[in-house]
Amino acid sequence: MHEMSIAQGILDIVLKTAAEHNAVKISCIKLLIGQMTQVEPESLKFGFAALAANTIADGAVVDITIIPLVGKCNTCGQQFTVERYSFLCPLCHSANILVVSGRELAVDYLEVE
Amino acid sequence: MQIKVMTNILERNDQVAAALQERFKKAGIFVINLLGSPGCGKTSLLEKTIKALKETLSIAVIEGDLFTAKDAERIEQHGVPVVQINTGGGCHLDANMIQGVLDCLDLGELDIIVIENVGNLVCPAEFNIGEDCKVTVLSITEGDDKPLKYPLIFKQASAVILNKVDLLPYTNFDLKAAEKDITAIHPGVTLVPVSCQTGEGLEAWFNWLIKQVQIKKGKESK
Repeated sequence: MHEMSIAQGILDIVLKTAAEHNAVKISCIKLLIGQMTQVEPESLKFGFAALAANTIADGAVVDITIIPLVGKCNTCGQQFTVERYSFLCPLCHSANILVVSGRELAVDYLEVE
Repeated sequence: MQIKVMTNILERNDQVAAALQERFKKAGIFVINLLGSPGCGKTSLLEKTIKALKETLSIAVIEGDLFTAKDAERIEQHGVPVVQINTGGGCHLDANMIQGVLDCLDLGELDIIVIENVGNLVCPAEFNIGEDCKVTVLSITEGDDKPLKYPLIFKQASAVILNKVDLLPYTNFDLKAAEKDITAIHPGVTLVPVSCQTGEGLEAWFNWLIKQVQIKKGKESK
């Protein structure tokens, strides 16, 4: 996908948050990216590093956790890891599935000085 | 020191999209985000739809492309309001872009707005632009392996149009296999095989669309 515009969104969030807390340096940024979110982590880190140059986020470690794609069956209650993008309950084969996780694209927390 | 943020990176876009949805809801307009690869037949589908339904429903179109107004010019020939957005390189439309052109349309007069997104099976799936639903078009000549290769755009769609079925005899596209994959990714999705060229299957698409508009206007139950 277009990791640069995502990276810009991250930079905007972290600089605003850091300013609100009078931080002078951002050392680490924790991101949560869902398994079904179309972002390539290494491209994102590369793009972020380029944009963060000469800001207080320059050199910050971007730590990415990939959140698994998990569904919950609304029919039988079974929670399961979605395999091969098949959104049918493996237990009762119901199609009434809630996506519990796997679509995240969020800044979780910052480490600052 | 750790600062908890827990902020959705696309939050700003989602806020604008939510405001757009409110505006469309107040005006009673059903909005579709039409998605698919370049050349899959989005504009052709729109042309057929406008021709069939413009006496029944008041339709407007927002076109999204990197460059040119070619698609808007095609739609203009059919006598409905159309606005062209050029992203100049951007691979998808976002909510801000839609907000930017809404004043070009008379919302008080409309039943449907179709937003034809940039041709792309990847990025547009991620962005809400104020629509009621996404509709994804897949054409036979693209191959039956595409749903599993691009699952999100099929998961996000309320309806999937399989276009160019008139070309099935000339390809190795396995219709049953593609339908099986799409319904595994998105159980219960409305699947409509059509040919914009021959007209095959289009009636089912028109009826689905009319029903969605009626549901939006509160005239029919889901």
